[in-house]
Amino acid sequence: MPLLTVNDLRTYFHTRSGVYRAVDGVSFTLERGETLGIVGESGSGKSVTCYSIMGLVPQPPGRIESGTAIFDGVDLLHCTPREARAIRGKRVAMIFQDSMTSLNPYLRISEQLIEPLLIHEKIPRAAALKAGLAMLEAVGINDAARRIHYYPHEFSGGMRQRVMIAMALITKPELLIADEPTTALDVTVQAQILELIRTMQRDLGMAVILVTHDLGVVSGLCDRVQVMYAGRIVETADTRALFYAPKHPYTRALQRSIPSTQAKGTELFTIPGMPPDLAKPIAGCAFAPRCSFTVDHCRDTNPPLTECGPGHFQACLRVQAGEI
Amino acid sequence: MPDPILELRDVKTHFPIQRGFFIKRQAGVVKAVDGVTLSLQRGEVLGLVGESGCGKSTLARTIMQLVPTTGGTVVLEGKNLASGSAAEVRRTRRDMQMVFQDPYASLNPRMTVFATLAEPLIVHRVCPRAEVTARVIRLMETVGLAPRFMQKYPHEFSGGQRQRIAIARALALEPKVIIADEPVSALDVSIQAQILNLLAELGRRMNLSLVFIAHDLSVVKHISDRIAVMYLGRIVELGPAADVIERPRHPYTRALVSAIPTPNPDVERTRQRIVLAGDPPSPIDPPAGCAFHPRCPHAREICQAAVPPLMPDSPAREVACVRLAEI
Repeated sequence: MPLLTVNDLRTYFHTRSGVYRAVDGVSFTLERGETLGIVGESGSGKSVTCYSIMGLVPQPPGRIESGTAIFDGVDLLHCTPREARAIRGKRVAMIFQDSMTSLNPYLRISEQLIEPLLIHEKIPRAAALKAGLAMLEAVGINDAARRIHYYPHEFSGGMRQRVMIAMALITKPELLIADEPTTALDVTVQAQILELIRTMQRDLGMAVILVTHDLGVVSGLCDRVQVMYAGRIVETADTRALFYAPKHPYTRALQRSIPSTQAKGTELFTIPGMPPDLAKPIAGCAFAPRCSFTVDHCRDTNPPLTECGPGHFQACLRVQAGEI
Repeated sequence: MPDPILELRDVKTHFPIQRGFFIKRQAGVVKAVDGVTLSLQRGEVLGLVGESGCGKSTLARTIMQLVPTTGGTVVLEGKNLASGSAAEVRRTRRDMQMVFQDPYASLNPRMTVFATLAEPLIVHRVCPRAEVTARVIRLMETVGLAPRFMQKYPHEFSGGQRQRIAIARALALEPKVIIADEPVSALDVSIQAQILNLLAELGRRMNLSLVFIAHDLSVVKHISDRIAVMYLGRIVELGPAADVIERPRHPYTRALVSAIPTPNPDVERTRQRIVLAGDPPSPIDPPAGCAFHPRCPHAREICQAAVPPLMPDSPAREVACVRLAEI
C-alpha cells in the first residue's frame, strides 16, 4: 500500500475576480522511501497541492472542492483536526522556500527546534534540548552547542535552511514535503542543502516530495517526476524516462527552454504566449493555446492522464493517438 | 583592435560601519568592491557571476555612480566618472542605463507604461514634446509590447512583460552601455528565455555593450562573450564565456561550475561534485591573503601570505591563484 494516495484533488480560491482553479483534479501516489519531484512554473499549482495536503490552505478564500489524500489509512483532507494534528508536524513535515519568514524571529532556535518534540513526544525539556542539539549537528551546523541559543537573524541563509530542515526532521517523519527548498540560495549552498536532504533521507528512510521549478535539481535527487501545468498534471514518469523520452509537448518545450541544453550564441527556444488565466474555465487542454501541435479537438476535450509506458503517464490527445 | 567603451581601474567601494548612537565612531569597513580592473568593449556582453554578497551588485552601482567610489577610476569613453562633478555624472548617465532584478519593485506602481517611458525622454529633453508619444510607441514595439497597453499600470502585466517595460525604459535614452543586474532571476524558465533572447537581439541590433550580472552560470554562459567571476569584492577569474565554464581554472570557479545541477539524470548521479564547506566569509573581516583559502581544497600556507593578483593564464584568460601551476 502506498504511503500517500492523492485522488482527484481540487483546490479553488474564491476571490472577487472569480473562482481561481489553482489545483484542478490532481491524483498521484507516493511509496515509502520514494522521492517524487513536482515541477512546474509559477502558478501551476505545485505549491498549492502541497499546502492542501498539509492543511495550510487559508479557508476562505481557498476551498478544497473535492478529493482525498490518504496518508497511511487516514484521509488528511477529511479527518478530524485532532487526527490531523497527530500526523502533521510528526509523521509529515514540511520545509519552505524562505527560511527567514518561516522561522519566528522572536524565538531562539532552541525554542523552535524542540517545539515539535515537546508537543508530539511529550518528553522533558532537557531531553528535547539534547535531541535538538544532536539534530543540529546532524544537519552540519558547527559549534551547535552555542548556536542553538541564537536567534534566526544571526544565521546566514544556508544555515537557516539547515535549521529548518533540522526542525522538520526532529520527529523522524515518514514524509518530508520540501517546497522550493533551495530556490533562494546560491548554487554552492544549494549543492550542500540537496546533499543534506539526500543523506537524511537515506538515514531516516523517509519519502520526499520535492517541489521546484528547476529541472536540474530534480534530475539528481528524484526517483519520479511529475510535471504540472495550470493546476493539472500533464506528465509523470520515472526520472530517466522523463528526461530522456519526454512525451507531453509542454515537458518537451520546458526542457528545450533551459539555457544549458542549448548551443551558445543561438537564439533560445521559447514557449510562445503565457500561462492561462486560471480564473476562467479551461475547456480543453490548458496548454493548447501555446502548443505547436494543437489541432481543433485539443481545445474542446480535456485530455485524461493515460499510461504510455510502464509507470509513464501523460495527458496529450495527440501523443495518445500516436500522431506526435 | 580593442575599443573599450568602459574601463574600470582598481575600483574600490568601501562602506564604513558606524557604532554608537550619540558618539559615532567607525567600527570597521565593509570592502564590498576591493580593487576591480575590467574593461568592456564596444558591443560586448560581459557576464559577472558570484555568490550573494560577493559585491557584484555594488560593482554595478559603482559603475552607475549610484554609490560613491572609494578609490580607482571609472572611465566611460575617456571621461572619468569617479572624479567628475555631479552635473557631469548626470550627463553621462544618459549613456549608461540599468535594468534591475525585480520588475515588481523597480517600476513605479502609480505610473502608466506611457508615463514611465516618457519621463526620461522629457527630463533629458531627447525630443520635442510632440514626438514623445511616437517615441514611446516605438520603444514598446522594440521590446515586443503592444502599444495599446500604453495606458496600463505595472500591476496589470506579468513578470516577463514588466521586465520588458523596464528594458524599454533603459533603452529610452539610447544608451551605449546597459547594466543588467540579475534581470531574469525572478522569472520562470520559459519567460527567462524570452527576455534573454530580447537582450541578445537588442545588443546586436543597437550595438549595445552589456554588463550582465547573474548567479545562474548557465544563463551567463549563454548570453556573454566574456565572464568575470567575483569572490568577496575581487575578480578571481576572467576569460571567454564558454572557456571559463567548460575549463574553469580557479578553484572557486571549479566549485561553482560543479555545483550547477544539470538537467540530465545520468550525468547528475555519477559526477563528482566539489561541495564547498561553509559560507562565504564576511567582507568586514576578510581572511588574510587569498579570500578563498579557508574554503579551498588546494589551500597551502603560501595562500595566506598575500592577495594573489589577477595573472594572465592562457591567451585572453586571467586567473588569481598562486598555486595555479600546481593544481
